[in-house]
Amino acid sequence: MSAECAPVAPAEHTAPPPPATRSDPDEDLPVPVTGWGRTAPSVALLVRPRTHEEAVAAVHRCGSRGTIARGLGRAYGDAAQNAGGAVLDMTGLDRVRTIDAEGGVVVCDAGVSLHRLMEVLLPLGWFVPVTPGTRYVTVGGAIGADIHGKNHHVSGSFSRHVLSLELLTADGEVRTVVPGTELFDATAGGMGLTGVVLSATIRLHPVETSLMSVDTERATDLDDLMSRLTAAQDRRRYSVAWIDLLARGAATGRAVLTRGEHAPLDALPVRARRRPLDFRPRQLFSPPGFVPEGLLGRASVSLFNEVWYRRAPRARRGQLQSIPAFFHPLDGVPHWNRVYGRSGFVQYQFVVGHGQEEALREVVRRVSRQRCPSFLAVLKRFGEGDPGWLSFPMPGWTLALDVPAGLPGLGTFLDGLDQVVADAGGRVYLAKDSRLRPELLTVMYPGLDRFRALRARLDPRGVFVSDLSRRLSL
Amino acid sequence: MKDAFGTPQTLLVLGGTSEIGLATARRLVARRTRTVWLAGRPSPALDSAADGLRELGADVRTVPFDALDPSGHEEVLGKVFAEGDIDMVLLAFGVLGDQAHDEARPLAAVRVAQTNYTGAVSSGLICAGALQAQGHGSLVVLSSVAGERARRANFIYGSSKAGLDTFAQGLGDALHGTGVHVMVVRPGFVRSKMTAGLVEAPLATTPDQVAQAIEKGLRRRSETVWVPGVLRVVMSALRHVPRPLFRRLPV
Ligand SMILES: Cc1cc2nc3c(=O)[nH]c(=O)nc-3n(C[C@H](O)[C@H](O)[C@H](O)COP(=O)(O)OP(=O)(O)OC[C@H]3O[C@@H](n4cnc5c(N)ncnc54)[C@H](O)[C@@H]3O)c2cc1C
Ligand SMILES: NC(=O)c1ccc[n+]([C@@H]2O[C@H](COP(=O)([O-])OP(=O)(O)OC[C@H]3O[C@@H](n4cnc5c(N)ncnc54)[C@H](OP(=O)(O)O)[C@@H]3O)[C@@H](O)[C@H]2O)c1
Repeated sequence: MSAECAPVAPAEHTAPPPPATRSDPDEDLPVPVTGWGRTAPSVALLVRPRTHEEAVAAVHRCGSRGTIARGLGRAYGDAAQNAGGAVLDMTGLDRVRTIDAEGGVVVCDAGVSLHRLMEVLLPLGWFVPVTPGTRYVTVGGAIGADIHGKNHHVSGSFSRHVLSLELLTADGEVRTVVPGTELFDATAGGMGLTGVVLSATIRLHPVETSLMSVDTERATDLDDLMSRLTAAQDRRRYSVAWIDLLARGAATGRAVLTRGEHAPLDALPVRARRRPLDFRPRQLFSPPGFVPEGLLGRASVSLFNEVWYRRAPRARRGQLQSIPAFFHPLDGVPHWNRVYGRSGFVQYQFVVGHGQEEALREVVRRVSRQRCPSFLAVLKRFGEGDPGWLSFPMPGWTLALDVPAGLPGLGTFLDGLDQVVADAGGRVYLAKDSRLRPELLTVMYPGLDRFRALRARLDPRGVFVSDLSRRLSL
Repeated sequence: MKDAFGTPQTLLVLGGTSEIGLATARRLVARRTRTVWLAGRPSPALDSAADGLRELGADVRTVPFDALDPSGHEEVLGKVFAEGDIDMVLLAFGVLGDQAHDEARPLAAVRVAQTNYTGAVSSGLICAGALQAQGHGSLVVLSSVAGERARRANFIYGSSKAGLDTFAQGLGDALHGTGVHVMVVRPGFVRSKMTAGLVEAPLATTPDQVAQAIEKGLRRRSETVWVPGVLRVVMSALRHVPRPLFRRLPV
């Protein structure tokens, strides 16, 4: 817990003022903020800087409860919240500044989304170096969480492709930070706690088309899946598996594997070759604002998983898919996170190293035994670890699963999984976390001491603070 | 901070020796709670309550707090909040009084009202303000089914709880959208030292069951919690029983 709670000023606090109503959209107002999982809301002053100068001013102005940068709020937990303080909504800083269409380098503001970058860059024959399971994340959020994609085994995390960034630090300075420095390694994966990324220079990946050439195969159980993922590991640029965690018995861990490459021009049908770099994502309906609790019971989720598994081809090669269909299937349904109702949901993502397959099996067994109504979970093999002190990836296996937060006993159950993961030398992903026991953090992140020391030097007054940093004493 | 399940890391119990309060604290300490403040009238019982929680691994501190001294609340509670965020305040103090005795001695009845209602108004407002300044936190108020409908047998206590209940509901509405969650808990008959020696009412529960219901209410961010849960239905039926009949009911 942070110690800089505002002292109770008598007169002000005896009568709580009525909640603010939004009259002028330009005014900074206290608003409830949550992450994508919609758990643990807290109220903060939302400030939306539109220029670097406004961002500097906002950091200067923030009160004793500090401030934190927020992108598109796709972190599941409380990383981009700051109870009682200020939250800097970075999406107002949304300029793509320069594109080097020859060399494949883009300079853009931190509030630019990967969706926007794809719109701008694909027609020029370039793709973002790393994309997560949604395009709706900002460049700042991608650096703050040092995100990974299906190509981690080939390309590493997002920050490995950042050539430099502009960082607004607690003293109000804007520093140019380049890879190989302490400040860079603390900022990549630093969850916004070293300062506000204002802009970044990013190296891109060349593509001939905007389509993916995809191979699909089914795995009958977890061991089958792991051996398939290991065998074919490096042949494809992108690879990931979706596991049905509700399957039991011999089918425990059955999965559908997909691997893909950016399709070369000659893989396209002749008609499509005329406009090979088209990018036109479609959106479907979005769930209503209110969804009754418990809609996603075991039966319905189980049925969904079953249908989805049966529908997947046993083996198919070279299918052409769009970028959204391959990378971002959920983006077709805006606000899909609402389907979990009022209690929201938790995403549990962990990684354990190679040689710790037994820990992975144990987690899958437990989840399957517990009958958590979890939609398809995602399993992936990571490549080499990344330089960020708090970067999540390490060489090994990472599994991510969603569970409704209202499930009785879930807290204790996940604590049990944490222990399995920690004992195996693994860790959970902070961008997804909303419930980790703080004591386990130092065990899971050996870089934490260095991170804390740097923060103490760089930000002695604790200007940058979030609900996550308070909860875990980051 | 609270986690995704609403479990607090720091807890302030007003009425630090309350059996329901301590059962709740024990449950929460077993989950995520690391710091517990026990506010109450200094006594060996308060100290041993603190020791009990320490044995479970919590960092426990006691502060002198008297519900009957509202003028001192600001200072005492202000000091607690100045030490760091409080994720959850449990308003657990209260006295049952002795109806027959208190009817004959109005000043004794007034003490019941002042403890249960006035004391809660003052400390509740102060905590609400501090929680609001933090931008997060839960204020959990132990009301009672006794406040739901006046009963001949305990209307002095019942009316104080009715006042408290209405106050807490209104406070919850006032704090809506401020990040502060107010939860009104309405237990029926709970076997604790408050009810020791009394004839048990139907649907009697234990402090731990109340604690369990509180934990669940936190997870769901509920605004009202009945313990046991069926009381919600029972009381909504009883509320509509005509008075001549109600007077004769053995409730
Ligand atoms: C459907 C879905 C799929 C996902 N799949 C993946 C995946 O495959 N791989 C993966 O790694 N992640 C994945 N994520 C998580 C997501 O990529 C990260 O949480 C990412 O950080 C979200 O970016 P954002 O812009 O929404 O940032 P926010 O959620 O708003 O913030 C996340 C963190 O970044 C910090 N931050 C944001 N902007 C800045 C800035 N300008 N300067 C400094 N710090 C900043 C915040 O302080 C916070 O700590 C997924 C999320 C969803 C919802
Ligand atoms: N037990 C039930 O059947 C029942 C049913 C419904 C609701 N409730 C409510 O639940 C709450 C807790 O009850 P409980 O069962 O846990 O009873 P309890 O063990 O008797 O606890 C009552 C607490 O109130 C404190 N208190 C009384 N007067 C006080 C004052 N002037 N200043 C500060 N603290 C004072 C007591 O502290 P001391 O140690 O200093 O006396 C004690 O900690 C009460 O509000 C009660 O009304 C109880």
